Amino acid sequence: MTAVTAENITKRYGATTALDHAGIALTTGETHALVGRNGAGKSTLVSILTGLQRADTGVVTFDGEPAPPLADRDGWRQRVACVYQKSTIIPTLTVGENLFLNRQQSRRGLIDWRGLRRRAGELLDRYGVAIDPATVAGDLTVEQGQLVEIARALSFGARFIILDEPTARLDAAAIERLFERMRDLRASGVTFLFISHHLQEVYEVCQRVTVFRDARHVLTAPVDELPHDDLVRAMTGDAPVVASAARGHANDGPVVLDVRGLTLADRYEDVSLEVRAGEMVGLIGSGSSGKNALAQTIAGLLRADGGTVTIAGTTPRPGSVPGALDAGLGYLPQDRHREGLVPLLSVGENATMTITKRLGPIGIALPARRREAATTMIDEYDIRTSGPDQPVSGLSGGNAQKVVLARALASDPKALVLVSPTAGVDVRSKQSLLAAVAKAAAAGTGVLIVSDELDDVRDCDRVLVMFHGRIVQAAPKGWDDASLIGAVEGVRAESSHEEGLKE
Amino acid sequence: MTGTPTVATAPAKPRPRLRLARFRDLALVPAIVVLLVVGAIIDPVFLSKANLVNVLQQQTELSLLVLAEAIILIAGKFDLSLESTIGLAPALALGLVIPSASHGLGTEWPTALAIPLCLLTGAVIGAFNGLLILRFRLSAFIVTLGMLIVLRGLQIGLTGGQNLFDIPPSVLYLGNATWLGLPASIWICAILFAAGILALSFLRAGRAVYAIGGNVDAARAAGIRTDRVVWIVLIIGGLLAALAGLLMTGRLGSVAAAQGQGMIFTVFAAAVIGGVSLDGGKGTLFGALCGVLVLGLINNILTLGGVSAQWIQAIYGAIILAALILARLTSGKAQD
Ligand SMILES: Nc1ncnc2c1ncn2[C@@H]1O[C@H](COP(=O)(O)OP(=O)(O)OP(=O)(O)O)[C@@H](O)[C@H]1O
Ligand SMILES: [Mg+2]
Repeated sequence: MTAVTAENITKRYGATTALDHAGIALTTGETHALVGRNGAGKSTLVSILTGLQRADTGVVTFDGEPAPPLADRDGWRQRVACVYQKSTIIPTLTVGENLFLNRQQSRRGLIDWRGLRRRAGELLDRYGVAIDPATVAGDLTVEQGQLVEIARALSFGARFIILDEPTARLDAAAIERLFERMRDLRASGVTFLFISHHLQEVYEVCQRVTVFRDARHVLTAPVDELPHDDLVRAMTGDAPVVASAARGHANDGPVVLDVRGLTLADRYEDVSLEVRAGEMVGLIGSGSSGKNALAQTIAGLLRADGGTVTIAGTTPRPGSVPGALDAGLGYLPQDRHREGLVPLLSVGENATMTITKRLGPIGIALPARRREAATTMIDEYDIRTSGPDQPVSGLSGGNAQKVVLARALASDPKALVLVSPTAGVDVRSKQSLLAAVAKAAAAGTGVLIVSDELDDVRDCDRVLVMFHGRIVQAAPKGWDDASLIGAVEGVRAESSHEEGLKE
Repeated sequence: MTGTPTVATAPAKPRPRLRLARFRDLALVPAIVVLLVVGAIIDPVFLSKANLVNVLQQQTELSLLVLAEAIILIAGKFDLSLESTIGLAPALALGLVIPSASHGLGTEWPTALAIPLCLLTGAVIGAFNGLLILRFRLSAFIVTLGMLIVLRGLQIGLTGGQNLFDIPPSVLYLGNATWLGLPASIWICAILFAAGILALSFLRAGRAVYAIGGNVDAARAAGIRTDRVVWIVLIIGGLLAALAGLLMTGRLGSVAAAQGQGMIFTVFAAAVIGGVSLDGGKGTLFGALCGVLVLGLINNILTLGGVSAQWIQAIYGAIILAALILARLTSGKAQD
């Protein structure tokens, strides 16, 4: 039985065709993956399936009946719940209220706040999210925010749930919990549409997969009949594989990032590390390891209680972002929406923001030079956009991500700190992004990659592992996955092989 | 998960944090107490019932504008035109009912219509603002700045720049009646503030106002009809401004051509001092009310303290700026 169909959907944004007679059909009770490269049109389909946007042509049906009119928001909400790729948390409200937004239970016409807090607490408990419902949502970390969105979407009781890259910001334990919940709900007949760039997840939770490429439907097949390589080929067409830049092993350059005895209460303690020019260092750890707080401190977004950060020989004023940038730091923040991009400015302006000095004399950015610089970046990083003048608010999630990275690399920083650089980026672009990073390192930048994905740090000369706020292991190149994962989980390296392999 | 091993974790412990948010509402209460003490020291008359009632009554019109502006700000919009609505709405309503000899428009509709006509004018102005902002997607700031000028100009055009003195009894009653020992206008404000506080904290529609101000897209995704809610909020804003105009007209016994002119700065100042964010989504009506009271007390103390009439405006403005700085420092957050 078909639960949901979208047929012949076309959607244009000005000159861009986001969907070109594409479609999808989901069988009741299946978990159906939707994959495709950045900008393939996945999120656009989601906004049409949830009634946020009207398709130019095509029809959507739920259980064989045509979808309700766009104005009937309640009708849509009964049929489909969704975790959108972009955060839909309202930062000024509490977590509890966010969970029950616009469906707060009332008693005699008035909202029952006590009951709402209690139910919010129960809901969060059920998903193993240890957050006080009275917390203001703006204070949540990126991961916590994502967990709140997931808990909310799953709690509507809708029979059809869409998850648009829910795992891009989660660590393994949280992903596992999400998958367990999804399996439970599937057993009770709930249909899922699951979008992810982590193809192994597709094989883990999905029964069928649909591939979009360049706004078109390419194929739909059971996952067992579509091996990993075929899937990648379907997604990328014949896009060439980017060879990663050859890079000599560097450990004799000057130290460009020197962290000494850095401490921040409740986040990390007595952390020291060095990155030399031309060196690539990985820093991995779980969500609670303090690695993100450490990166934010280096960038000046947080201020440490003690210790020093030295960037290329100068010690910027602690807690000052301009100070860190002036000292020669490039930084890719974890929260691109809040810290990364100016949504209404064009791709070109966002990408060249850090290099305006080079675009013309006395603070004037010559438009022609800006265009040229931006066009080079768009090519080099494979950014799918209608051109340098498109506002970044119209980019797909992964392409916006590439703009931020392009910008961080453009200023030729002496030291570069990247937080989860490939979150939300498609398989092929991942390689080109990491190749660009390796190229920068080969040109003499000292790179620190902060991530929880081992694939991000494969090219690194050394990998540091953080656990509960301390660096617990430093592995030179040639490390094996299992022992690193063991260290990340806090299991002693020697005895950790089995534990790690289970991952 | 094979292929890309990701990293496991234990759920993060929630960090204990002081629930300061809960007390932010009460932040201005100490300031009000201090002002009461200062006032009592400066002049014993200050604490007399007559003086305090007088302070409150003088603030009723301002407080209604602040009530309107606070709700609009929380919804993430702006309305600068309130200060002209407070003049135009009663002027137009009176013009329609009073004889041409008293500078009326010559229609001479029944005087009983004065109050409904005034409120209707306010609502229409709010609806028109909404039309420009929501349908034509114009910036609320520039639209209402334009309306501020247009509405003031309309009032001057309609009345020939004259003050209207021939006030119908119903309006005079509103401005002068006493209910249970307090002026009616104070009761009206208190009731409206109570209703506003209740609605914004306990009604779904009220919470929708916060959600829209916090993140419109998210609010829309949650099924809130964002445009409709904002429109209603703007209409309520116009209504409240018209009501304030009625109270002011009744209290002063006339509609001046410049009625309300220059009030909008004080309105914004009171709202911001009271903790309402110009960015939307943040603040409470109780806080805004405290902001009004603080400004009213300061004004009264300056008068009682014998500050010369020529200087009072400069000093009042400077104190408001100082209060904004203080509010910024004590809340620890940028006022954006
Ligand atoms: N509001 C918009 N205005 C203009 N163009 C848009 C808008 N939204 C999406 N697009 C364009 O439509 C195309 C498809 O975008 P979409 O967000 O659906 O991609 P996606 O498959 O979700 O990619 P990702 O994996 O990066 O999230 C992109 O080229 C994008 O630039
Ligand atoms: Mg997307």
